[in-house]
Order: sequence, then structure tokens, then C-alpha cells
Amino acid sequence: MPNMPKNKNPMPTQDPKIRKNNFLEVAMGYTEKLALDEAERCLNCKNMPCVEGCPVNVHIPAFIAKVREGKFEEAYKIISESSSLPAVCGRVCPQESQCEAKCVRGIKTEPVAIGRLERFVADYHNDNSKEAPKKVKSNTHKVAIVGSGPSGLTCAGDLAKRGYEVTVFEALHLAGGVLMYGIPEFRLPKSIVQKEIDSLKEMGVDFKVNTVIGKTLSIDELFEEYGFEAVFIGSGAGLPRFMNIPGENLKCVYSANEFLTRVNLMKAYKEDSATPVIKASRVAVVGGGNVAIDAARCALRLGAKEVYIVYRRGEEELPARKEEIEHAKEEGVVFKLLTNPTCIMGDENGFVKSIKCVEMELGEPDASGRRKPVEKPDSEFTIDVDCVIMSIGTSPNPLIKSTTEGLEISKHGGIVTNEEGLTSREGIYAGGDAVTGAATVILAMGAGKKAAAAIDEYIKNK
Amino acid sequence: MNKILKRKVLNPTVILMEVDAPLVAKKAEPGQFIILRADKDGERIPLTVADYDRKKGSVTIIFQVVGATTKQLSTLNEGDYIHDFVGPLGKATKVDGLKKVAVVGGGVGCAIAYPVAKKLHSMGADVHSVVGFRNKELIILEDEFRAASGKFVLMTDDGSAGEKGLVTNALEKLIESGENYDEVITIGPLIMMKFVCSLTKKYGIKTVASMNPIMIDGTGMCGGCRLTVGGKTVFACVDGPEFDGHEIDFDEAINRSSMYKPFEKAAYEKACNLYKDL
Ligand SMILES: Cc1cc2nc3c(=O)[nH]c(=O)nc-3n(C[C@H](O)[C@H](O)[C@H](O)COP(=O)(O)OP(=O)(O)OC[C@H]3O[C@@H](n4cnc5c(N)ncnc54)[C@H](O)[C@@H]3O)c2cc1C
Ligand code: FES
Repeated sequence: MPNMPKNKNPMPTQDPKIRKNNFLEVAMGYTEKLALDEAERCLNCKNMPCVEGCPVNVHIPAFIAKVREGKFEEAYKIISESSSLPAVCGRVCPQESQCEAKCVRGIKTEPVAIGRLERFVADYHNDNSKEAPKKVKSNTHKVAIVGSGPSGLTCAGDLAKRGYEVTVFEALHLAGGVLMYGIPEFRLPKSIVQKEIDSLKEMGVDFKVNTVIGKTLSIDELFEEYGFEAVFIGSGAGLPRFMNIPGENLKCVYSANEFLTRVNLMKAYKEDSATPVIKASRVAVVGGGNVAIDAARCALRLGAKEVYIVYRRGEEELPARKEEIEHAKEEGVVFKLLTNPTCIMGDENGFVKSIKCVEMELGEPDASGRRKPVEKPDSEFTIDVDCVIMSIGTSPNPLIKSTTEGLEISKHGGIVTNEEGLTSREGIYAGGDAVTGAATVILAMGAGKKAAAAIDEYIKNK
Repeated sequence: MNKILKRKVLNPTVILMEVDAPLVAKKAEPGQFIILRADKDGERIPLTVADYDRKKGSVTIIFQVVGATTKQLSTLNEGDYIHDFVGPLGKATKVDGLKKVAVVGGGVGCAIAYPVAKKLHSMGADVHSVVGFRNKELIILEDEFRAASGKFVLMTDDGSAGEKGLVTNALEKLIESGENYDEVITIGPLIMMKFVCSLTKKYGIKTVASMNPIMIDGTGMCGGCRLTVGGKTVFACVDGPEFDGHEIDFDEAINRSSMYKPFEKAAYEKACNLYKDL
């Protein structure tokens, strides 16, 4: 008989008053007891709507059934059939708009905490499994992966499991993509990402960091001079956009990417870091996605007294994960919704002094189906801040496009591919944010998986 | 990890290092740069490629000890390794079709100006080099510049070598004397480049300035290196580092370059203490 409490078992978290001063993980994970109890809430529906809600179709009721039996390792095996990064996805997936949105229990009450259970299972495996990743005998075919974000890592892992000799080329000095340089430690501990990378290394995947494809080496060279038979491009969408409003180039105006890279990749939150970051006391972050919320919460942890999220639409439209919005509010981040900046003001030394904003109201739905914000007349006001972080989106980097002839690009800058990830050039596949524009970890991972299967087919049939 | 093949002190604060980096050497062109981290916890700093040897697979960098990272880098010796070394980044200097060029370098910027002068010279262009230093002690690459230039003018602030005065004085004299340049290429401190550009604007001579703002990734990912050129935001690391000098908003660039001054000063002092016995 399934247990019928209305609500999910709450996630144990660090106290907001304490955690807003540290970079340790906020959500501490279910205990075994909580996981067993939560698993009881699953109705094990025959038609499994949750599976459809999952972009990679994890067999959700099946893994939860194993959790209920206390067979956590078996639950892990079930998840791994469809997902390569469960410890990551359990933490960062927008479950409320995916699997959990479809959960039948969610119609009347709260859905089953699928994400929390996934995380529990993955962490259990990481803590307890002694199984070392296996190195499969080489089939002597070489595949190159460009970029080491979730799409690249997944594609690399799936190909290595099939015996391919895989080399991952990464522009930065550290592999992991956004998981390393963007998403902060308190939401996704870097040790978890590193563990995924280390196990790929044990499987024989070769990582070449400090290699910018399109600069250090071209894709054509990878084929012609290095003997790769296929290339997967998972170079992400890292190019930050700015609003082009006055004052955006004052001192202490950051793109969220720069701010987060300084804090996460370069560890500027540590006292002895060689990389500086401004420790401002009043910060405005412009934007409402995960990136904006991450930047706001990092600013808080660096000691800011007041942190504002300035977002031009309303609460409903905030694209960030719900849990992060709640956590940010608990920590004291102030949400200035239906607010749009018009100008950043500087002091006599060229540092940010304040940000001018106008109030917005929602008008007719636009092309994306979201109601378009329009400016309220005479609603201008000023917020005093000493740092502004722009987080209004990113686009795919043009570096590879401009150095790879015959690679078709959409008008948004994304690489054009078919269903399987094949681009307009033979042997070149692509996936993740480089194709879709900024999206999610799970979609990137799914694209990496699909492309790995397609590359395998392609090379086998060559 | 990239091995240091050669280390040479050029003047009391400027050091040359030849680094084993075959992939970078294979592609590098004058005007491009690399990003390095001296050790595993180091900061990422951009340095322009001063020379390269494709056969040997080596890249030469020349840097002035101005901050904590360059201080730390300066303590490495031949045979030691630089932890991370990535490049070549940015666009190469456009040299095609240039017949007569004035290359104007200031201070350690001359290390960047030199490969440009050399390339132009090797292409058969008439190169006039105007280089400026604070004083005699700080002069670098004099012989190299002389060898690559049809005309060579050395300026020092205090007159301890060459002529006393600024590079702009020398450049103006050359222009006034009737030299007709297709282009002026200037590399050096922001304030120097600003004045070179306002001078050449007066004479209507196309001028290219090589910018070196604060960078992190060098691939267009952070936007920290952004500049305003012709009223538009550009990223120096991918759109540059060279831009039309008459379009660059130098005042903004000068302002942005001082963002971390207090931090840099503290870090530098710490590094100086740490490495003082070396
Ligand atoms: C701060 C932040 C928070 C986020 N939060 C969430 C979240 O909570 N949930 C969620 O699902 N998604 C989140 N996302 C989005 C998610 O991280 C991305 O959708 C996902 O990482 C995309 O994966 P990818 O493999 O396509 O590319 P990326 O992770 O962007 O990795 C691309 C890699 O390629 C490298 N590269 C780029 N160009 C080259 C080149 N020319 N040569 C070699 N290497 C190159 C880059 O350096 C990078 O390491 C967040 C993103 C950010 C920035
Ligand atoms: S250095 Fe980051 S975008 Fe140029």
C-alpha cells in the first residue's frame, strides 16, 4: 500500500543563515530512511508519464521500486542505462518542469521527489561501490570530442564503452565545462564532476586541456593529420550577451560568466586565490535564469549585504529551477520582478554607483508564448549598488564555425544537426548548447548519448 | 605542462622565455597571444607571442615583472615547466599589402611590436620603428629592431639614450618630414597608444593599436576583455587584440584596466616577499 502523505519528504539543507556565508553544498541529500520513505510515495503507474517527462527517459518507476526494496545499487544500474551523470542531474535538473511535472501524484498533491531520489541513488553508488570503471579492449578507431561539458563527457564515455579510442579537447585548463566553471560548488560540488572525469580517464579517455579547437588545431586537422574518423562538437554556448545600455563597461560590471568563472574555476572565493574578484556590498544581477540566481548567491557568499535579482518579467516566468529560487529567497536575495535596467551610473572613479530601472507590466504573449513585458510610463527608479552582474543569456561561440568550412549554422548561431546529431559535414556530429543554445545539462547529456550511438553506426558501416 | 627551453634577462624587469609548445608554434603569427598559468593554482594571464620557431616547436614570450603572476613566472628557470600554456589566441596582425609602415612601441610593448616589424620587413615593406623607454636601463631588443627597420628611432623619457622625449614627438617629426605611411601600428601602454592615435588621426593615417585588457579564458566566454570600438562592444581576445586605433574608446579601456589595482598591489607585495631570496 503506497504511503500517502501529501508532500515530498523535505530535503535536508544547511540553515540559510549559515549557508549564505559558505560555499558548502546547500542541499545535503536524503538519508536512507528518507529515501525509503519517499520511494513509498510512488504509485508505480503502468503508463509511466514521468518517463515521458524525462528528456532521456530514465526508467523512473523501475529505479524507485528498487529503492523501495533497499537495493540501491540495482536502482543505480537502472538509471545508468539511460543517464551518464545521475549525481549531476539529480542535483541540477529542472525536475519540476520534466519528470515531476508529469507525476500522477502531482495532480492533487506534491509529486514524488524523483530528483532527490536520483541524487540519493547516485551518491549511494559513489560512496559505496567498489567497482572500478572498466577499460574496454580498443577497436582501434579514433574519435575526437571538442569540449568537456556534459555533452562531450557523455559522448566520450559511451564511445569508450564501445571500445573507441577517445580524445577530448578542452579549451580551458580544466575539464567539465559549465559544470566546473559555471555552476557553483554549493549547488554542485566540483568533486562530483571530477569523479566523473577521473572515471572516464580510467576507461582510457584521453583529455587534452589547453587546446582550443579552431585556434590550436582545426577540425580538419583532426581528421587529416591526427587520424580521427569522427568528431563530436560539444563546445557549449559560452558567449555572453550584454544589454548595450549606458554604463555597462564601468568597473565592477561583470558578465555572469566572468563572475562565476572567477569564483568557481579560479577559486576566487578562497582567500589565497591568485585571481581577484570584487567583493561588493550591494549587487544587482540582471536576469532570472539559473545563471543569474547562481551569480546572486555567489555574491552573497562573498559578503554582499544586499543582492537584487532584476528581472523584467514576473515570478511565474523566472526560468530558474524552483528550488534555487526558494533557496535564494531564504538566503535573503531580493527579487525585483517586472523591472528592467535602463542605465548603469558610475562614480567619479569609474566604479559602479547605481543602476537605473523602470517598472514593467506584462502585455500580449510574444513569439515564445510568454507575455511580453512592456515599460510602465514614468516608473523610473534607482537602486544603489556597487556591482552589476549581467546574466541575460549566452550564445554559441563562433570560433569553430569560422574555422570549419561547410559547417551549417542556424541564424541563432547554433550548429545545425539532424535527429542523430550529424551536422552538414560527414563525420562531424554536434550536440548540447552548441546546437540548441543555452539549455540544460540533461539535454546536453542526451545529445551526447545519441551522437555516440550515431558515431558508432557511422564508423562501423564505413 | 610546457618546458622552458631558454630564459634570458633583457633588462632589470623584463624577461624572455622560450617555451616548448609545438602546437602553438605551428600556428602562431605576429599579433597573437597565449594564456598561461605559472602553477596549478595560478591566475590565467595573457602574453603576446614575441617570436616562434616552427621547426623547433617553440614560442618565445617576453614579460615585464609587474604583478604577482609575472613575479612568480620570473622565478622559473630553464628546464622548469609552465603549468598551462594555451594558444595561439586572437587574430594575427594584418600585414597584407602594406608597403610602408611605422611601428611604434613603448616599454615592454616593444616585445610585441618587434615580431610585427620583423614580419613586415621580411615581406619587403619599408618599416620605420619608433620605440620608447623610460631610460637607458630599460631598453630591449634594440639590435633586433635595427635589423628589421629601414629607419629606427630610439626615444627615452630622460634622454639617457637615443633622443629625449616621447614616441609621439618622433612620429610627428617623421610625418612632418614627409614620410608617407600606409599604416601606423602601435603597441605599448594605453596612454601612449591613445596619444599616438590622436596624433595620427590629425594626419589621417590609418592606425592599428594592440590592446591587452584583463582576460580570463581568451576564447570569448567571459566578456571581461570587452572594449568599446566604434561605439560597439567587442571582445579583445577573439575580435582583436588589434583594433582601429581611431575608433577605440581609450578612456574607458584605461578606466577598466585599473579595476583590480588594490588587489594586484597587495598580491604583488606578497609575491615579492615570497620570492625575495630568489
Ligand atoms: C551558471 C550556470 C548554471 C546552470 N544551471 C543549470 C541547472 O541548474 N540545470 C541545468 O540543467 N542546466 C544548467 N545550466 C545549463 C547547463 O550547464 C548547460 O546547458 C550544459 O552545461 C551544456 O553542456 P554542453 O556540453 O553543451 O556545454 P558546456 O557545459 O558549455 O561545455 C562546453 C565546453 O567546451 C569548451 N569549448 C568551447 N569551445 C571550445 C573550443 N573551440 N575548443 C575546445 N573546447 C571548447 C568549453 O570551454 C567548455 O568546457 C547552467 C549553466 C550555467 C552557466
Ligand atoms: S578573455 Fe574572456 S572573453 Fe575575452
